[in-house]
Amino acid sequence: MTLAQSEALTFECETGNYHTFCPISCVAWLYQKIEDSFFLVIGTKTCGYFLQNAMGVMIFAEPRYAMAELEEGDISAQLNDYEELKRLCLQIKRDRNPSVIVWIGTCTTEIIKMDLEGLAPKLESEIGIPIVVARANGLDYAFTQGEDTVLAAMAARCPNQAPVVEAEKNERNAIQKLLNFGKKKEDVAQEESEYVDHPPLVLFGSLPDPVVTQLTLELKKQGIKVSGWLPSKRFTELPVLEEGYYVAGVNPFLSRTATTLMRRRKCKLIGAPFPIGPDGTRAWIEKICSVFGITPKGLEEREAQIWESLEEYVKLIRGKSVFFMGDNLLEVSLARFLVRCGMTVPEIGIPYMDKRYQDAELKLLEKTCQEMGVPLPKIVEKPDNYNQVQRIYELKPDLVITGMAHANPLEARGINTKWSVEFTFAQIHGFTNARDILELVTRPLRRNNSLKDLGWDKLVKEEAKI
Amino acid sequence: MKLAYWMYAGPAHIGTLRIASSFKNVHAIMHAPLGDDYFNVMRSMLERERNFTPVTTSVVDRNVLARGSQEKVVDNITRKDTEERPDLIVLTPTCTSSILQEDLHNFVERAQLEAKGDVMLADVNHYRFNELQAADRTLYQIVQYYIEKARKKGELPEGKTEKPSVNIIGSSTLGFHNQHDCTELKRLMADLGIEVNTVIPEGASVHELKKMPRAWFNLVPYRELGLMAARYLEEQFGTPYIDITPMGVVETARCIRKIQQVINAQGADVDYEDFINEQTLYVSQAAWFSRSIDCQNLTGKKAVVFGDNTHAAAITKILAREMGIHVVWAGTYCKYDADWFREQVSEYCDEVLITEDHGAIGDAIARVEPSAIFGTQMERHVGKRLDIPCGVIAAPIHIQNFPIGYKPFMGYEGTNQIADLVYNSFTLGMEDHLLEIFGGHDTKEVITKGISTDSDLAWTKEAQAELNKVPGFVRGKVKRNTEKFARERNFTQITVEVMYAAKESVGA
Repeated sequence: MTLAQSEALTFECETGNYHTFCPISCVAWLYQKIEDSFFLVIGTKTCGYFLQNAMGVMIFAEPRYAMAELEEGDISAQLNDYEELKRLCLQIKRDRNPSVIVWIGTCTTEIIKMDLEGLAPKLESEIGIPIVVARANGLDYAFTQGEDTVLAAMAARCPNQAPVVEAEKNERNAIQKLLNFGKKKEDVAQEESEYVDHPPLVLFGSLPDPVVTQLTLELKKQGIKVSGWLPSKRFTELPVLEEGYYVAGVNPFLSRTATTLMRRRKCKLIGAPFPIGPDGTRAWIEKICSVFGITPKGLEEREAQIWESLEEYVKLIRGKSVFFMGDNLLEVSLARFLVRCGMTVPEIGIPYMDKRYQDAELKLLEKTCQEMGVPLPKIVEKPDNYNQVQRIYELKPDLVITGMAHANPLEARGINTKWSVEFTFAQIHGFTNARDILELVTRPLRRNNSLKDLGWDKLVKEEAKI
Repeated sequence: MKLAYWMYAGPAHIGTLRIASSFKNVHAIMHAPLGDDYFNVMRSMLERERNFTPVTTSVVDRNVLARGSQEKVVDNITRKDTEERPDLIVLTPTCTSSILQEDLHNFVERAQLEAKGDVMLADVNHYRFNELQAADRTLYQIVQYYIEKARKKGELPEGKTEKPSVNIIGSSTLGFHNQHDCTELKRLMADLGIEVNTVIPEGASVHELKKMPRAWFNLVPYRELGLMAARYLEEQFGTPYIDITPMGVVETARCIRKIQQVINAQGADVDYEDFINEQTLYVSQAAWFSRSIDCQNLTGKKAVVFGDNTHAAAITKILAREMGIHVVWAGTYCKYDADWFREQVSEYCDEVLITEDHGAIGDAIARVEPSAIFGTQMERHVGKRLDIPCGVIAAPIHIQNFPIGYKPFMGYEGTNQIADLVYNSFTLGMEDHLLEIFGGHDTKEVITKGISTDSDLAWTKEAQAELNKVPGFVRGKVKRNTEKFARERNFTQITVEVMYAAKESVGA
């Protein structure tokens, strides 16, 4: 074990034969996040069927997304793409009147080389609604990377400088100050103090509004003001991005967005671990503080306090092992948190590993493993699910975090699973939500505790193989 | 281009995969980009399948776009051949491979040289066929392949079985209540003294296919799946097929009479009239139900029906002919087979609706204001919006349409299930209506001495707004726990910070 500790993380790359969601699934959470948007997925029946089935019940809530379903005439260019898209977008404008239409390019538009980026500006000026193009297709990306492509495209739409908006913001802040003054009389003095003087900070990554509030408050306690979020609640409220602004990511799959913010908008990226788990949240805040030259206050106690409140969950998983098959790019951060909880992680499967964007997270993972005295995990990029299942049979991990395609079959073979997609939709960021992560992770183990005496753990007939 | 939110029938490859994964030890390899394998998710979740779905993807990525699949597809086929030793590998094209126009035939031929099992290419064009048509074609293709193979090897069995026997064709994975229907049909055949020669594709091995010609006749219970295979067997071996869906009392009897005729023509001597009589009067409760005063109350009530051909046609006939319900319109999304549907239901409803546009269906429901809807999950949601009860009778379906309990739609037990479904839909609607007239169940205001009502705690505007973001079904709990937390610590006001502190400490 000492040997393993001194080694560095190992990276492997397999065949890429793994199960994940198509990146167009990002429309499901982004249309909810950006309230005045409309997402138009330009693809085939295959894409539509996926959205309809993957998003389940949501499809019935009059969603602000639709398919532009390509027909044979579109494929063979018997129909004019521009005219067709114009017709559909005008229909959307008439029925929904959105502030932005986001075109999601798919595999098919890639293959037939439909020039969406070229068509959009022309159509935009003709119909008077901004059109943002994101190529979130299965040829290039996996699952959550879909959001990355959309946010990278949105980054180009953030205003450069908007004095009017600034004034409005100050006004809004004044009101907020008033409110803060009213509600914090009994709180400690530090919270009453003004923000520290620091360059503007914009955070990027789509999170549910309550989590946005929580993380913003968390930074406020350190005197750090969040000037804006990409994406905001409405397209018309996208944050101002001037050259020299600081930006920080809240999710590990946002590397294109980070690149765009740095290269195109000349922002400075704060490379930090991601605020997932109390350890990650603390490291995230500390890194932001250190960039602004602030000494963080009360973070250590805060983290300790959270860990204390998690003890009832942590004791369930301490010393157990967890295997990540990999499908949503949250894997490294979750593994790091679970190692801190006392678990061992033999393998972290991940669709795509951006070692530069995730640098701080990887270092924290390494450090955490050393501090906890557990072997460093093997990180497998583009995993091969078949091989992984063979390794799972050999390793017999206590928990496998995997997609739904494998969850039931593994359960039937007596292997505990947690469905990975839940981590994408649950609130997992910040100090406050650490409990929710563990609620998910321990659920199969708690279920087992209630069923343990029944003797039904293997429910498939053994076939005489070999 | 077409603006679409919802589709009734899936893309072609889903049909092929349903057939391939219904057979035992058949593996499908999709030529598709990453993420197109959500069929595995559907099967694993909806069917609660214990085994890994035998479908893998030969991933189409940028490299494939640039240089073609080259060895990749062949390698993937031979790899799967050694890993799992399937009897058959079905290479499945998708919308993506349709436009790439790679020579998949050639890949299959090359892979066949190395593979121990059989390899075939599903002959389905994404832009021409939907899920149902593709399933029918693929089943036909597999049957034909193995009949031809056996013929070449001289392994086709001679003659028919000694006793009358049947092949049941069309029961497949992810089909609406197919497993239960299949059990019920087998039971019915046993009651009729007919041997079941094979059931395909669900649970069958491809090695069984060569014995299909030994059956006296083929039964194709679903209009959408199995007819091509049945016609092929008729053309090759003169095996007659019966395509009367035994759903509902009258149709079940018609199906049984047809069976009697077909096997008597081949030398059997059976008379099923007594059996039909006994079942109709005493085993199935549906005939009695039609006479009972419950059903009398349904007379002339308005209903609409929408679904696939099989189920929409059968339910329309049951409602109109067996229960005296007024079917205002009946519709199907099987546009490619619309004539058949029209012919089946025309005399049982005022209007026939053929469309794949769920918006048009929703409008037609709103216009008619029926007392009950019988449709797919989509119509159920329309019903929710309009406050009209809905019984689900056809795919597309959700997990609750894959019940664990025994719920066939076919045969005599099926008639009981359908009667329950119809009756429950209508009474629910009636009960709701009565409650509204009489002002609800309980008109007195509930006075609780619970912690949440005599609250002396002030919620700040922001905290209140934050609380409102919490999903409705847990909001009450969050509110109570937060207030309890605040009270214990003598906070007089609840701010957003207090809310989250409460969440951290008690998990509110």
